[in-house]
Amino acid sequence: MSRLETVFADFKKTGRKALIPFVTAGDPNPEFTVPLMHAMVEAGADIIELGVPFSDPMADGPVIQRASERALAHKMSLRRTLKIAAEFRQTNQTTPIVLMGYANPVEAMGYEAFADAANKAGIDGVLTVDLPPEEAADCAALLNTHNIDQIFLLAPNSAESRIKKMDAVGSGFLYYVSVKGITGAGHLDTADVERKLQLIRANTKIPVAIGFGIKEAETAKTISAFGDAVVVGSALISKVEANLDNPEKAKKEIIDLLQSMRTAMDEQV
Amino acid sequence: MTDTTNSYNMPDERGHFGPYGGIFIAETLIPAVEELQTAYDQYMTDPDFMAELDKDFQHYVGRPSPLYHAERWSKELGGAQIYLKREDLNHTGAHKINNTIGQILLAKRMGKTRIIAETGAGQHGVATATVCARLGLECVVYMGAVDIARQALNVYRMQLLGAKVVSVSSGSKTLKDALNEAIRDWVTNVDNTFYIIGTVAGPAPYPEMVREFQAIIGREAREQCLTQAGKLPDALIACIGGGSNAIGLFHPFINDTDVKMFGVEAAGDGIETGRHSAAICAGRPGVLHGNRTYLIEDDDGEIIETHSISAGLDYPGVGPEHAWLNDIGRADYVSVTDEEALEGFHALTKLEGIIPALESSHAMAYTLKLAPTMKTDEIIIVNLSGRGDKDMHTMAEREGIKI
Repeated sequence: MSRLETVFADFKKTGRKALIPFVTAGDPNPEFTVPLMHAMVEAGADIIELGVPFSDPMADGPVIQRASERALAHKMSLRRTLKIAAEFRQTNQTTPIVLMGYANPVEAMGYEAFADAANKAGIDGVLTVDLPPEEAADCAALLNTHNIDQIFLLAPNSAESRIKKMDAVGSGFLYYVSVKGITGAGHLDTADVERKLQLIRANTKIPVAIGFGIKEAETAKTISAFGDAVVVGSALISKVEANLDNPEKAKKEIIDLLQSMRTAMDEQV
Repeated sequence: MTDTTNSYNMPDERGHFGPYGGIFIAETLIPAVEELQTAYDQYMTDPDFMAELDKDFQHYVGRPSPLYHAERWSKELGGAQIYLKREDLNHTGAHKINNTIGQILLAKRMGKTRIIAETGAGQHGVATATVCARLGLECVVYMGAVDIARQALNVYRMQLLGAKVVSVSSGSKTLKDALNEAIRDWVTNVDNTFYIIGTVAGPAPYPEMVREFQAIIGREAREQCLTQAGKLPDALIACIGGGSNAIGLFHPFINDTDVKMFGVEAAGDGIETGRHSAAICAGRPGVLHGNRTYLIEDDDGEIIETHSISAGLDYPGVGPEHAWLNDIGRADYVSVTDEEALEGFHALTKLEGIIPALESSHAMAYTLKLAPTMKTDEIIIVNLSGRGDKDMHTMAEREGIKI
């Protein structure tokens, strides 16, 4: 069983929901990320989404854009992101890592070389924002032969036929983008999410993570009831940005927020 | 004549030109491009739609644009006869309006109430603001902060036309960043918003759709050349940023295999300096802004900041069909530097009394090189894609003159 399957299978038994923090690799500097990943696991993270910095992050709001820019200023790249993952894996063999980024760095490395390198670095899933199923067949096949899940997205405007398609091609989990918009958006409507998840649940048995616009513990708690996992990204990266002169303080604030989300989500069970 | 044994039929049904093109977009935009594809397929075969488009081309844009025999310039260069396709004479001063007219008619039929666009030199922004004013639709134009500074006149024109011009200060603050921001708007307002992309790039069906709206250039030029010169041209020249004016000229000639095609990219300070915008000449394939194509990027796949004296060519990619035409050898892609483009600018201005846009000046610069190598009974059609009024400020500043 893959690490992702293990997480969701265990949670199915207990009814708990997975907490998935997103951080951009190398933000605000390359040394910050591995210790942060370990600390987030201790604070209750079940899966880590590691953002691969990209020069043109079209699906991201200003917070994650600026995180990418800070990381790129330190020459962060897909290769160096994989090194960060590998370093984390040396002392943690259980927490799944999902890479989240854009197609072009993968294109530049080559799909085969990437699948091989990602497998060696201990990557469990790859979410490529601008690689919908229409264009992902080659990549997904290569990843699958290297025991990596290609994670696909669903959106508020995804029709039922699209959900069925994702059920056919998806593995690991599906990522439900809970708002029409970019990361860090501010208009999450939990009733909409609940309705849409009913439709998604009726069409797939693949676990569903919900993300975009989830900023504090109460929302995480509410949203967690509708799916299998909650993703929080911009809210964490805001802590980095607010404490650029003091990364340790940023780390503490991130941990505090994750712990409050963990506690709130577990009350739901 | 058309060689029917070699008929070109791209893109395929999935929007691919060989390995290029496609729909590399976030999931939220999938319903939007599917809706657009359906409307595009429906209306491009609808006689009422096509009649309305033809009528607007004729009475609003001012088509057909002339094919002008630049006799003095041809004589001066001593080689091929140079004919200029006068897209600079269109309403709003460039070829861009051909496309915005087509897309806005589509948007209207699709019931969209809000229009967004990106712009580099501002010509596409002006052409979009123009058609929005005419139809009374809300218009938001994204423009890089650097481009806003060097194209102030066009910013003012857009504002007069009622458009909201949003300054984009992320990344290199030029056209690619304006595109990123327009895509972010589109994903957020996808229900009521139509994104009028200004070039033959973006997710399918944009590269094909924009080509079809711009192909009026080549259809007219082909017919005009046959009428005026009694034969087809030997070569076509057009500048390439995203490449919409070039594909518009090239496409109707694509099966005329004796007609050579030259796409002229911006070499900026020189390709060897790294400060250029020549995606085909100096880039490699990758994925950006919804399609796979040639890109200017580093070894890690991060997009590199580009440079060109002309804002309209200052973009790290190129339309996917050009990438394909390059790979199959149907068109040749060359580049000229800023300095060479200025020579082309001055040549046309002084010898023919026509001030070209800095973008089009790249095509003129390559004409300076190519024409003398050809015989006097051979013909080149050069796409004069836009007029130079918008560049007066840039030119004057470069020559140390305050206006």
